[in-house]
Amino acid sequence: MSHRTVDLAARCRGLVKDFVSGATAQRVLDGVDCDIPFSAMTLLVGPSGCGKTTLVSLLAGLLDPTAGEVMVLGTDIGKLRGKSKVVFRGRNIGFVFQQYNLLPALTARENAAVPMIINGAPRRRALEKATELLNQVGLGTKADALPKNLSGGQQQRVAIARALVHDPRLLMCDEPTAALDAASGRTVMDLLRAVAVGPDRAVLIVTHDSRIYDRGDRMIVMADGKVTSTLEEKSMFAGHEQIGAT
Amino acid sequence: MAWLAIKMLVGDPVKYLGILFGVTFATLLMSQQIAIFVSLLKRTASQILDINDADIWVMDKVTRFIDEAPALPDQDLYRVRSVPGVVSAVRLVYSQLGARLPHGGYRTVILMGLDDPSLSGAPTRFIAGSLQRLREPDAVVVDKAGYTYLFPNEPLELDRVFEMNERRARIVGICEASQPFTTLPVLFSRYSQATQYLPPNRNLMNYILVRGTPGTDQQVLCDAIEAMAQTGPRPLAALTREQFAMKTVNYYMESTGIPVNFGITITLGFIVGLAITGQTFYLFVTENIRQFGALKAMGVDNTRLVGMILLQGFVAGSTGYGLGIGLAACFFEGTAHVPALEGFGMFPGLLVGIALTVMAIVTLASLLSIRKVLVLEPAMVFR
Repeated sequence: MSHRTVDLAARCRGLVKDFVSGATAQRVLDGVDCDIPFSAMTLLVGPSGCGKTTLVSLLAGLLDPTAGEVMVLGTDIGKLRGKSKVVFRGRNIGFVFQQYNLLPALTARENAAVPMIINGAPRRRALEKATELLNQVGLGTKADALPKNLSGGQQQRVAIARALVHDPRLLMCDEPTAALDAASGRTVMDLLRAVAVGPDRAVLIVTHDSRIYDRGDRMIVMADGKVTSTLEEKSMFAGHEQIGAT
Repeated sequence: MAWLAIKMLVGDPVKYLGILFGVTFATLLMSQQIAIFVSLLKRTASQILDINDADIWVMDKVTRFIDEAPALPDQDLYRVRSVPGVVSAVRLVYSQLGARLPHGGYRTVILMGLDDPSLSGAPTRFIAGSLQRLREPDAVVVDKAGYTYLFPNEPLELDRVFEMNERRARIVGICEASQPFTTLPVLFSRYSQATQYLPPNRNLMNYILVRGTPGTDQQVLCDAIEAMAQTGPRPLAALTREQFAMKTVNYYMESTGIPVNFGITITLGFIVGLAITGQTFYLFVTENIRQFGALKAMGVDNTRLVGMILLQGFVAGSTGYGLGIGLAACFFEGTAHVPALEGFGMFPGLLVGIALTVMAIVTLASLLSIRKVLVLEPAMVFR
């Protein structure tokens, strides 16, 4: 299945990334081509060290490519520099991290409001929107709880609310279920599908967790810094269940 | 973002209290030590500054500070009076001598012998007795702290008698006077009375207190007096009250270890405060580094992060400064009635100076941490 550029949340072509240390350069991505369409939950899988994290960092504008093109929401993010890149990221991309990275001093509601506040929204409006999102993820009663008083699954749901509070069109999740038990992991994935996938929204999930493969719509498989295959049918995911175990 | 910065700061009570402790400690130590240092040095000139009815002090040119003034002959008094612009010039004896107390005790005192007709240089604030009684035979006025020093734990009482140079002295007044550097009692008597207490030297007058015609430039008058003295047998120095006070302070600054001792303590306060604050702030930032990375990933640029960290430093610095100054104020309030510390306290310039120093401490402490955040790759949140 091919996607026209206009239907793609993100696209990269011939993407190369080298990490230079002293006189030596290590090529981590070597000519990666991939598409992230709207209205889909795309899984990015592959063994440790294959370049998944680097690819998602490039798509998020957290790293600059050595060569190649990275188009995100119609913008060549690889060419953005300085504040314009930071602002673009802040407005258009949401993040869910493996370690949640909630601010320990803030309540669940305040944590969820942070991206809106970063984007300049009034605090009251941000907190109201955060409350709505927490209700959507089933944590309305825990809005005033500090992260230390929440379970791992609850913290991840707060992180999802935070990632979505400013209506980003592209959501990037790094191992969102890795620290959760199977049931909580499935709940988180169902939640992501319910609140983050839409006609002009896309979700990219980096994962090792084969328990959640059946929750994805597409799968990009990587190995040794290259995309080895892109699977468009769920029935094809099964053969890759052992990838994450390496 | 200011809200977020402050929430992050106070949301980690252990670190926040650690930073506050560092700033408070530095503020307390520096403000208290500088206040004591300045107050102590001011005491070296307190008897000069207490005399408000003289514009100019004339003395032997070799005088380095108030306690070391060679006696002048009466001719110098008459010569000063002849200088145009001088309205009045009167004698002043300033000397230290021994006092034999009724119970057999012995104390060193400072005796100030005032011009008999005018009593220029006399104290103005009396707790008991009056200045008029200084004209009675054997009369002396003593400062309150001095009275306590002479008669510890005894009520203030007039007409108590003691001896100086085997001559009778009777307390006819107890006054308020600034404490001298040596905390010795300050006694005031008439000049003619003072000459009876002092050893029989040819000359006894140490200073000439001068008042100029209203509107006269004091420096011009000082220059005129010194110019006149160049033609006489010995050179004289004529200094305004403030100049002589500063000369005395400078003598103690240059000739004693006081500035070095206080300087070391004040520097230690700065260094320890900086070390505690810097280390705790650094730990605070280091332990929150993933959160800072997440903020960077979510769209906070370096400028805003630096602003957040500096704001955190400013808030911690301001709070710690307030606590430190408050504690120092409590110390000086609590010791206000201790004779050795009477009159010691802080002053506006000190408060401003300490505020700037504290801000320097928290800025330096913040800068140590800011570097770590500036070089932080936001991509680290995916690792």
